[in-house]
Amino acid sequence: MIIGLPHYLTLAAILFTIGIFGIFLNRKNIIVILMSIELILLAVNINLVAFSSFLGDLTGQVFALLVLTVAAGEAAIGLAILVTYFRNRRTIAVEDVNLMKG
Amino acid sequence: MTEFLTSTGAVAAFPEITLALSALALLMAGVFLKRTAYDLVNGLAILALAGVAVMVFLADTRATAFNGAFLADEFARVMKLLALLGAAVALILSTSYMKAHKLNHFEYPVLVLLATTGMMLMISANDLVSVYLGLELQSLALYVIAAFDRDNAKSSEAGLKYFVLGALSSGMLLYGASMIYGFTGTTSFPGIAAALANGEASLGLIFGLVFLIAGFAFKVSAVPFHMWTPDVYEGAPTPVTAFFAAAPKIAAMALFTRAMVAPFPSMTAEWQQIIVFISIASMALGSFAAIGQTNIKRLLAYSSIGNVGFALVGLAAGGEEGVKGVVLYMAIYLLTTLGSFACVLAMRNASGQQLEDVKDLAGLARSNKLLAFVFAMLMFSLAGIPPLAGFFAKYFVFMAAVKSGLWALAVIGVVTSVVGAFYYLRIVKVIYFDEPAAPFIPAAPEVKWVIALSGVFTLGFVLFPGPLLALAQAAARSLF
Repeated sequence: MIIGLPHYLTLAAILFTIGIFGIFLNRKNIIVILMSIELILLAVNINLVAFSSFLGDLTGQVFALLVLTVAAGEAAIGLAILVTYFRNRRTIAVEDVNLMKG
Repeated sequence: MTEFLTSTGAVAAFPEITLALSALALLMAGVFLKRTAYDLVNGLAILALAGVAVMVFLADTRATAFNGAFLADEFARVMKLLALLGAAVALILSTSYMKAHKLNHFEYPVLVLLATTGMMLMISANDLVSVYLGLELQSLALYVIAAFDRDNAKSSEAGLKYFVLGALSSGMLLYGASMIYGFTGTTSFPGIAAALANGEASLGLIFGLVFLIAGFAFKVSAVPFHMWTPDVYEGAPTPVTAFFAAAPKIAAMALFTRAMVAPFPSMTAEWQQIIVFISIASMALGSFAAIGQTNIKRLLAYSSIGNVGFALVGLAAGGEEGVKGVVLYMAIYLLTTLGSFACVLAMRNASGQQLEDVKDLAGLARSNKLLAFVFAMLMFSLAGIPPLAGFFAKYFVFMAAVKSGLWALAVIGVVTSVVGAFYYLRIVKVIYFDEPAAPFIPAAPEVKWVIALSGVFTLGFVLFPGPLLALAQAAARSLF
């Protein structure tokens, strides 16, 4: 079997969907949400690199590198906010994030 | 050095480079001065914003940088000036609040400067890569300042919610961008427009466009991607909320407008449908959900969702007329919102505590006539009652919708704005006719100034609408 562009796009779409569902269906832990966000960004990277390779155009790979860089910064800030949140509430369960409603 | 700058065409991005460098310099100054640094860094940050505003004002328009990824046109200039104004006023408003709540860390003005740099890059973005980088530079700084009151559970919860949903929206936007790149073979806006000029849009491309719009809708807090807004507005410290409601909205709306109009003119029919839908949904939710709110910050959050809906009416109308409506709407919204949040900052009881309940405003007209009058005028303006500024904002977007044949959208807009008037008028009623609650202590001088200037603008716009209209017109013309 020859692996073509549709295979890569399907893989990326599946990973992206798992990431989205990980955020919305996960009722346990905020760390899992951070992992889901990473998964979404990596799905996008697969898309970008696959397109870049099949188009013979480097922009997609440059974009993917920039996404990786920003994802690292995003994870750092997310964890930092999570730490301050934990200090205040002593929990990081998703169902406890409910001080404000309406 | 100069040769390097001209060879990459970075001259057009000089204001942004200056702002980024001053943020870094202020960060260093803050680190070395430690405790005493807040006043100095805050003052210098406001000066830097003013200086960059002058640079933006004087810079020549229609210049590009970084191989066309950055475009400084008239539209960018007007929106950047508005964003800089919003950021500077938010910093001015925060001064006494931050001291009173022991939040006077020098990092705050530095983060605001970095977020503003991101906004300016967003406004000038002319390529999907620069859209993403500008957006993230802005968002990452905003997540941190939402959680700036780090010993407060509500503030850190606001930061956490903003982070999770903001990161999700960035992910969706990126997924859309990757599809658009894949199906057009380029990331630059003019390149995409050229690739789409001949031939039908493929399914994958429409898929990408939908994800892109979903990401933008998150950033401007339009329904159905608004759910973070009330929580973040309520939880974040009030001056931070004032900043969120002002400058990032301008930048996100500018980016939204450019990213629809510049690369996708041949797909107008497709994106117009989606924008009509999110516009109607935002106007309706903004009006109905605000009715039951008792917290004034939450109420203003719903008000800002509704206002975004009205601004999107202009974008849905499209064309020069529609974009002019969007620019004018955002300018008037910016000045009214800053005034409203300044009024909220003036709500302090005798022990200096910040009040946030609508019923705390009861009988304000008897204890503080001037504050009551300006607050009422701002609410009337947000409700769109003539001859205040807010009326003209709505008038121009609805006229644009009617001219482009979107009658139903304009009618629904007027109806929801009548419903919205109900909760704005409720605040006026509480201020003027309810039994007085405990009076507020006098507001900080800078808060008073912002309230006064915002009141003067709201009342005086009808007398001198010329300059702002001309700016909006010039901005809209440069996009087409």
